[in-house]
Amino acid sequence: MATNYSPKDDEGEQHKSRKPDNTAFKQQRLPAWQPILTAGTVLPAFFIIGLVFIPIGIGLFVTSNNIKEFEIDYTGIEPNSPCGICANNGTWNTTCTCEVHFRLDQPFEGNVFMYYGLSNFYQNHRRYVKSRDDSQLNGDKSSLKDPSKECEPYRMSNGRPIAPCGAIANSLFNDTLVLYYMDNGTRKEIQLTSNGIAWWTDKNVKFRNPTGDGNLSTIFKDTAKPLNWPKPVYDLDPTDPHNNGFINEDFIVWMRTAALPTFRKLYRLIMKTDSLTPTLQQGNYTLHVTYNYPVLSFDGRKRMILSTISWMGGKNPFLGIAYITVGSICFFLGVVLLIIHHKYGNRNTSADIPN
Amino acid sequence: MATRHERSNYTRISAVRNICYRAWRNPFNTRGYTVLENEGHEHRIVIPNNKGSHFGSPGHYLGNKICTTKYTLLNFIPKNLYEQFHRLANVYFLFLAVLNWIPVVEAFRKNLTMIPLVIVLALVAIKDAIEDYRRYRFDRALNHLPIDVLARNEKKYVEKYWKEVQVGDFVRLRCNEIIPADILLLYSSDPDGLCHIETANLDGETNLKQRQVIKGFTELETEFDPMKFNSVIECEKPHNDLNRFRGYIVYKNEKRAGLSKDNLLLRGCTIRNTEEVVGIVIYAGHETKAMLNNNGPRYKRSKLERQMNVDVFWCVIILFVMCLFSAIGHGLWVAQYGDERPAFDVLSSDGTSLSPALSGLYLFFTMIIVLQVLIPISLYVSIEIIKICQVFFIHQDTDLYDEETDSRLQCRALNITEDLGQIQYIFSDKTGTLTENKMVFRRCTVAGVEYSHDANAKRLAMYQEPDSEEEECTSKSGTIPRCDSTSSHQSAKIVHRTQSTKSHRRTGSRAEAKRASILSKHTAFSSPMEKDITPDPQLLEKVNECAGQLEILRQHGQPLSHLTPELSDIIDFFIALTVCNTVVVSSPNQPRHKVRVRFELKSPVKTLEDFIKRFTPSRLTSGSNSSSSSSISTSKSLYRVSSSALPSPSGDVTLLKVGEELGRSPQREKIESFFQPGVVRDEGKDGELRYEAESPDEAALVYAARAYNCALFERLPEQVTVELPHVGKLAFELLHTLGFDSTRKRMSVVVRHPLTDEIVVYTKGADSVIMDLLHQPSAENSTGKRTRKIRHKTQNYLNQYATDGLRTLCIAKRVLRKEEYARWLEDHLEAESSVENRDELLFQSAVRLETDLQLLGATGIEDRLQDGVPETIANLRKAALQIWVLTGDKQETAINIAHSCKLLGQDEEILTLNAESQEACAALLEQCLNYIESKSPLNTRFSLAENPSVDFIPSNGTSVTSPTLRPNFSLVVDGKTLSFALEKSLEDKFLALAQKCRSVLCCRSTPLQKSMVVKLVRDKLKVMTLAIGDGANDVSMIQVADVGVGISGQEGMQAVMASDFAIARFRHLQRLLLVHGHWCYSRLANMVLYFFYKNAMFVALLFWYQFFCGFSGSAMIDQWYLIFFNLLFSSIPQLITGIFDKDVSAETLVALPQLYKGGQQSEEYKPYMFWMNMIDALYQSLVCFFFPYLAYQDSDVDVFAWGTPITTLALFTILMHLCIETKTWTWMHLASIIFSILLFFTVALSYNAACPTCYPPSNPYWTIESLMADPKFYLICVLTPVAALLPRYLFRIFQGTLFPNPIQRGRQLDRLHPEACSRVNRWNPQSNWSAIPKPGLVMPLSKDSGIGVDESSSSTSQSVHLDANQISTGPLNKQQAAELRDTSSSTLELAEGAKYSLPNGNSSSVSIRDAQSHLHRFQRSELVTEYPFTEDGVRLNTHSGVEPSNMHSLNWRTPTSSTNDTMCLFHSAPHCGLQTQAMEGEQSVPGNTESEGMKHSEEVFPGTSHISTRMVPRNSLEESSLEMTPF
Repeated sequence: MATNYSPKDDEGEQHKSRKPDNTAFKQQRLPAWQPILTAGTVLPAFFIIGLVFIPIGIGLFVTSNNIKEFEIDYTGIEPNSPCGICANNGTWNTTCTCEVHFRLDQPFEGNVFMYYGLSNFYQNHRRYVKSRDDSQLNGDKSSLKDPSKECEPYRMSNGRPIAPCGAIANSLFNDTLVLYYMDNGTRKEIQLTSNGIAWWTDKNVKFRNPTGDGNLSTIFKDTAKPLNWPKPVYDLDPTDPHNNGFINEDFIVWMRTAALPTFRKLYRLIMKTDSLTPTLQQGNYTLHVTYNYPVLSFDGRKRMILSTISWMGGKNPFLGIAYITVGSICFFLGVVLLIIHHKYGNRNTSADIPN
Repeated sequence: MATRHERSNYTRISAVRNICYRAWRNPFNTRGYTVLENEGHEHRIVIPNNKGSHFGSPGHYLGNKICTTKYTLLNFIPKNLYEQFHRLANVYFLFLAVLNWIPVVEAFRKNLTMIPLVIVLALVAIKDAIEDYRRYRFDRALNHLPIDVLARNEKKYVEKYWKEVQVGDFVRLRCNEIIPADILLLYSSDPDGLCHIETANLDGETNLKQRQVIKGFTELETEFDPMKFNSVIECEKPHNDLNRFRGYIVYKNEKRAGLSKDNLLLRGCTIRNTEEVVGIVIYAGHETKAMLNNNGPRYKRSKLERQMNVDVFWCVIILFVMCLFSAIGHGLWVAQYGDERPAFDVLSSDGTSLSPALSGLYLFFTMIIVLQVLIPISLYVSIEIIKICQVFFIHQDTDLYDEETDSRLQCRALNITEDLGQIQYIFSDKTGTLTENKMVFRRCTVAGVEYSHDANAKRLAMYQEPDSEEEECTSKSGTIPRCDSTSSHQSAKIVHRTQSTKSHRRTGSRAEAKRASILSKHTAFSSPMEKDITPDPQLLEKVNECAGQLEILRQHGQPLSHLTPELSDIIDFFIALTVCNTVVVSSPNQPRHKVRVRFELKSPVKTLEDFIKRFTPSRLTSGSNSSSSSSISTSKSLYRVSSSALPSPSGDVTLLKVGEELGRSPQREKIESFFQPGVVRDEGKDGELRYEAESPDEAALVYAARAYNCALFERLPEQVTVELPHVGKLAFELLHTLGFDSTRKRMSVVVRHPLTDEIVVYTKGADSVIMDLLHQPSAENSTGKRTRKIRHKTQNYLNQYATDGLRTLCIAKRVLRKEEYARWLEDHLEAESSVENRDELLFQSAVRLETDLQLLGATGIEDRLQDGVPETIANLRKAALQIWVLTGDKQETAINIAHSCKLLGQDEEILTLNAESQEACAALLEQCLNYIESKSPLNTRFSLAENPSVDFIPSNGTSVTSPTLRPNFSLVVDGKTLSFALEKSLEDKFLALAQKCRSVLCCRSTPLQKSMVVKLVRDKLKVMTLAIGDGANDVSMIQVADVGVGISGQEGMQAVMASDFAIARFRHLQRLLLVHGHWCYSRLANMVLYFFYKNAMFVALLFWYQFFCGFSGSAMIDQWYLIFFNLLFSSIPQLITGIFDKDVSAETLVALPQLYKGGQQSEEYKPYMFWMNMIDALYQSLVCFFFPYLAYQDSDVDVFAWGTPITTLALFTILMHLCIETKTWTWMHLASIIFSILLFFTVALSYNAACPTCYPPSNPYWTIESLMADPKFYLICVLTPVAALLPRYLFRIFQGTLFPNPIQRGRQLDRLHPEACSRVNRWNPQSNWSAIPKPGLVMPLSKDSGIGVDESSSSTSQSVHLDANQISTGPLNKQQAAELRDTSSSTLELAEGAKYSLPNGNSSSVSIRDAQSHLHRFQRSELVTEYPFTEDGVRLNTHSGVEPSNMHSLNWRTPTSSTNDTMCLFHSAPHCGLQTQAMEGEQSVPGNTESEGMKHSEEVFPGTSHISTRMVPRNSLEESSLEMTPF
């Protein structure tokens, strides 16, 4: 370079050598480990994976199998099925009731979770997922008055802001399910707890009612109810005043949009009452449905699911099977590699050195 | 004063009037200066002190303030952004960001997509800002250097900053100051108006250059006074040619004087040797030549990047397909619901529903935003970071540091490091690249007698001995006698030796030489090796005798013709060596200060009157004594200048007289020192004078002459002082110097001989030129016979020198009669003063002078091979690199250098193409191709048997076949033939032929041809080319090649400036390519592939999700994770791996050059690998998507509680994938991976805990926290990566176990026991080459001793050998030692018995030399071999020169019917062992027969071309013995 002379070039800088530092880092000689992937070196890894995964898989599989689950579809596609009539002329606000009878072949021990399941319901649709206002749900007053643009077209109704706004809230699942145990012809209603079905953080942090004077109805005075809702938000649970407004647990559960088009959502808990009798005895049950939610238009299905639960969640044999399969494959590959190593491993070392 | 002003004004006005006139004639010129500058001749007018000019102020010209910064504080942001958006990737990024702002297609939060763009832009902007700030600081430092500038008002020089200097300012500079601008030299404290500058900063040349005050300027004004200087200077517009400057100065009297580059001091140079100079600034600041030459680093696009861009394009297509698929899918999905939209298909904000087609269209754009990660935008940033780090590490490599020149490797192109790993063809210059460009005087012939300088050869051999040997000598007392014996042996022989030689001989080894050369760094071409020449005793004796006689003759007043012709030739020879050059003398103790002792001062012959005045008839008739008196009279007129330096006005002549009277007694020394206070004493004290030569050849010759006590003592513009033995100092009046140029290929000086007062022309030049210019002797008389004999002999020796690989120069002289000279001078002055085609006239004038020469002798200068060149070439060869040597040297020299650096092996057939016409060339090419075709089956067998790479990689198909395809042919082409071969019609054939040859040697090629060859190969064969060279003639070639490497040698910096990488030594190329090139390539290739995989894998996850969300463009991965995944979580490990991963250790890479082939064939990154990676990514993404899908199927999981585990396990999979691909683990790799994982969890945890209402729509409050309390999360995060990576892992395992590629074998080798490694090193000697004697110099064999092989010397070299062995391999076990003893003793036997070879592979080079020594004997016994001299195009073939005794064995010609103008000659040289017998038996067969044959052939086939092929049958037994030898 033509201008690479520095101003101080001549003043005795000649003795400083430009030799690079001989450090391990600069010379790229850091202590290193060079794993070489050959049959011989990876054998242990395969066997270890196999030996670890298979027991885990078996454990998971057994656990999953021990979970008792009962599922009943009450959509009523067939006109002569119990809820057939409701299904065919059901709209958002017409009330129609039907009863579905079923039998549990096995008793359900421990706490039993009651879910409703929907199929073909795309709660994960991009525009649907967006269509909510978290600030409003968090009790922000300004958002209550002026919901986010994301809620369009479920933002304003007749000039009043919708609370809660957005498509998710608007399409809230509003069937009511009641379960009866048929004990020798007598209907015995089973105690369903709605408390605790939502995430604790959701109920206590994420969702909050707007604060203000008076009860909820005054607070929500200037707002409109979502179009599809029969009742306003402060009147969702007539039984429990603390389960109203945005902190209604059914509402909160619904607002947590499902990942996949076929999903279930926790509806109620059936708490274990005493240690001697199973929570749900073997026998006949009746599911009383207040049928509001239309699903046939999009070829959807509605189900009611009863399930016990284990440390790893609901019944799903997949993980167990997957662990067993992967573990077995690894073990099998380990054996194959052992053979390969035995046959070809020695060839390498002899061919290493050129001569 | 007033009149002066008026006059000056007048001048100015008249000058201005001229300008006006010119401006007027050109109607388009309306704007004064600017226009003037653009006018036909492109002038610039400089008016002193720029006051009161008519046309604007010269402030119009740029000031001296420089500003190399790109930005200012204000324009940084807009300008930088503007520049960054020139990059397509950034525009794409911007497009996405803008797209996201459109509500209907919006996928993420509006400002979120800006983040990557902003980060990338910010990173680059910060980098640019730092660089620019550095430049700014550098500029500021330069701008604020002080300088003395004349202030007109204060009428004195005041100190100003550089930046305040303006065009037209007068600037005063002192010794060792840096020149601030391009300055026209007006005054120098030097009495001759000279100024010396060092241009090292500009072009790297360390020798001093002379600049002089404008001719005639000093005479015009007796005393220079800048205040009165009012001449206008007109010169060219600024341009960047350092060697061109034209202009003229208009004096007050309207006289003009031409300006040349000799008058210009260039910015950046340093004033040396001169007390003080004053000049006027012509170009300042950015218009200086130094700044115009400063182009900064260059940008090229590497092969890998080109390939990568193709794959980026594929990515775009994949993205397009994915988006299209989603769009159609969405359209169908919407359509299936008909008019009644379900609750989850949210209506648009105005409450209407979109038609399926429209929503599909919108979704297309949404998907582009969602899947944008597929286009690896951060890839470009990552690559840039990785390359910067790679360059840093290459810079830091101590193995690429050269201690002698204290220089590291320089990467000038920052972005083609990986190209270094893919080179297929190397084009190398010879001189300075393969050789040291240290010209060492080896031997000479004077008056037909050869002086072989055996002792000198031995001395040179000593430089070859490894450093370790010296250490051993000093440490072990037992071995000292051996070391001493060599030197004492020499010292016994040599009587006269200079002080410094002796002192050097004591410790004469490489280490010492290196140290000394570091000390003498400032003087080019003056390492001890080059300086200390051991004279030939015979010649020295003659010189002394001659000088003695000369002295006696002079004392007796007899003319010099009394000397015998031989002696007079000898003395003339040495005078020519000393005088005929442009070497500047300086003394070492006072660096860069010219020796200032003057004996005589004369102005050069400037005019004819001057000449007549000086050479009056009385002087012409007077003898030597009277000439001295006349010289006094002439010098008197100029006495004023020299008086200060001289104690007496008589100068030289007086001294000579004194010297005459005192004779050659020690008193003479005293007298001398009396007359020359300081300097001579200094000489005695501190050693010798320094010679600053422009070319190494000149320096070598001057040092050689000094060894014979003919020392160049001083050089002034008009006088050269030479110190002769016994005679003392002689001052030659230098009348003319006709400089060297490449068309004339010679230089001459015209001097007046002080002893004879004759006008003598001394010429030195290339033998081919000089031989043609010799005086044709009259046929009959005795002197004519003698002349012819001398010429024949000299020609023979010249041929011999050439075959030894020496550079030859012929020295001749011509005595001019005064009348002849006067006539010539007249013409010459006319030529000099002419304006039109001056160059041509000067050339003709020179030609007129340089005729009828009398041959004095010839010199052989060795251009020594650089360290490790043969080993490097051998290794590069093993790495399947094709090496072509393109040189301007003559064919013979080139071939021999090629032999000695193992470019041409002994087992190779050399095809020589020498054609005189296009047709002949075509026919030749055809013939050679046919010939190779016919030979190829035979060759296949040979190469299969010998190529070591075959043994190493038996399983790899390509490496088995490639050596068999490459037969052992070598092609030698001369420049003329090359120009034919490069024609469009023949280039394909030429390439086809060249491809079949192992190496190609192009001789006599011009710079343009060099670049044409490179271009041809690069474009036609589609290969990666590398050009390496050191000189200006290599620049074009370096620029054309894919990778240009410059050697920062002794020839200046032009090659370096043009290059992408600059190294100090040729052998560094090996490490640069084999190690760094390989690493850079494999790192980057793997990184790029990984990058594609990573993005594809990640994006595919989102794509699969579309099937489950109605193709609505939804993403289960939180948008923040999406944006930061590439930027933060997965970027650092891949960068670390891209920077630090080493697939094979440096040692193994050097030891097994075969590993380089992988890069050449792009093994690491082939097109199919991209698709393999894509498929792998597809599989992995399927696993990573569907495992969580199945695990969470029909559960109450929400979108982001399901998406977060997917993100996590995708990160794990991607990182573990990198782990599989990482070859070498250091703590940094581990740390980066752990860091990435921790970073992800930290970010996720804090992000999910930070805000319950923010980040819509995902609002992932407490998601990861609750997930981490769920065992299922862990279970799935462990299982999925294992399942996803299983195939790749298995593939790698099977590859490593069953079909390991060479790289993997190399890695296995790395891990082997150190013993094995040392074994490898033993088989591959190049890893410790420092211990290996260099071929071509392991031959201190005396050639004239009459014995074929000097037994003592061969055993000496053998013992050196053993030592080297022990040192290099370190502690050997017993078995190895025994083995070693066996082999060495057996070779020793052979060496003694049958003139056999040293086992280091250069067996035949020695044997050729043996053959030469035999030949030598014939010649000494007057069996003169005569070769036909090249006259009508038929060139004598090299090998007829190399092995005349072998030529009889096969002499084959093509049938004359086929190609009438072509002749082929195939010489066969039996290999070593056979050769001996042949020589013993055939001694009586002189070369005459052969040359007769040649003559005959010449008659039959006039004027065309030869192919000569030399084939050596392979002796398999001997080959194996070579292989077995540990070297």
